[in-house]
Amino acid sequence: MSVALESASWIFLIAGAGFCVIGGIGLLRMPDFYARTHAAGVTDTMGAGLVLIGLMLQAPTALIGIKLVIILGFLWLVGPTAGHALFKAAYADGVKIHEGPDIAAQVAAEMTDETNTQSPDPEDGDAVPD
Amino acid sequence: MFAAAMVGVLVTMLLALVAAVRGPTVYDRILAVNMFGTKTVLLIAVAGFLAGRPEFLDLALVYALVNFIGTIAVLKFSRFGNLGRDDRRSLL
Repeated sequence: MSVALESASWIFLIAGAGFCVIGGIGLLRMPDFYARTHAAGVTDTMGAGLVLIGLMLQAPTALIGIKLVIILGFLWLVGPTAGHALFKAAYADGVKIHEGPDIAAQVAAEMTDETNTQSPDPEDGDAVPD
Repeated sequence: MFAAAMVGVLVTMLLALVAAVRGPTVYDRILAVNMFGTKTVLLIAVAGFLAGRPEFLDLALVYALVNFIGTIAVLKFSRFGNLGRDDRRSLL
């Protein structure tokens, strides 16, 4: 096996594992269920895809490569479908959407405060030191 | 390198288990368990390559099929309360 193919396989495997861990952390830290669906979808598509492509590059026979392609196609077909079914069921059941702070209103309030308290600067040229 | 990928997948499975225990709603738990099953497929595939026996891929393929069916079944159970509802009986 050529060195280039093997190193490419390693890069794919490590990147896929990294995406999986990032998605797992997102599953714990996201604020509401719908954002957690997004984090789990990352691991189902990107993480699984990169790991399986990394394995494909090291497949010893063609049959094993074909099996990996079948697993990858099935995961890519089924992961978003299950995510969509979960999302729709949760939305129909009335799971609350997390609402963060209203950043637009805060920015607008700060801008009006600045325009109200802003006083015209005295011109430096007229200030005569005594 | 297979071992490093395996460690990453195992850490993700641990995080998914923590999320399944902690999740406030039943949908969070189903989401975490579904993700755990997907990571199990990856773990079986990587373990097969690590052990030099890629025949494990058949197990991974079957597990992927069962995982999807299981997720949909649990969703249906949490929605309707049973799995084998007979629609014809409601017409009688």
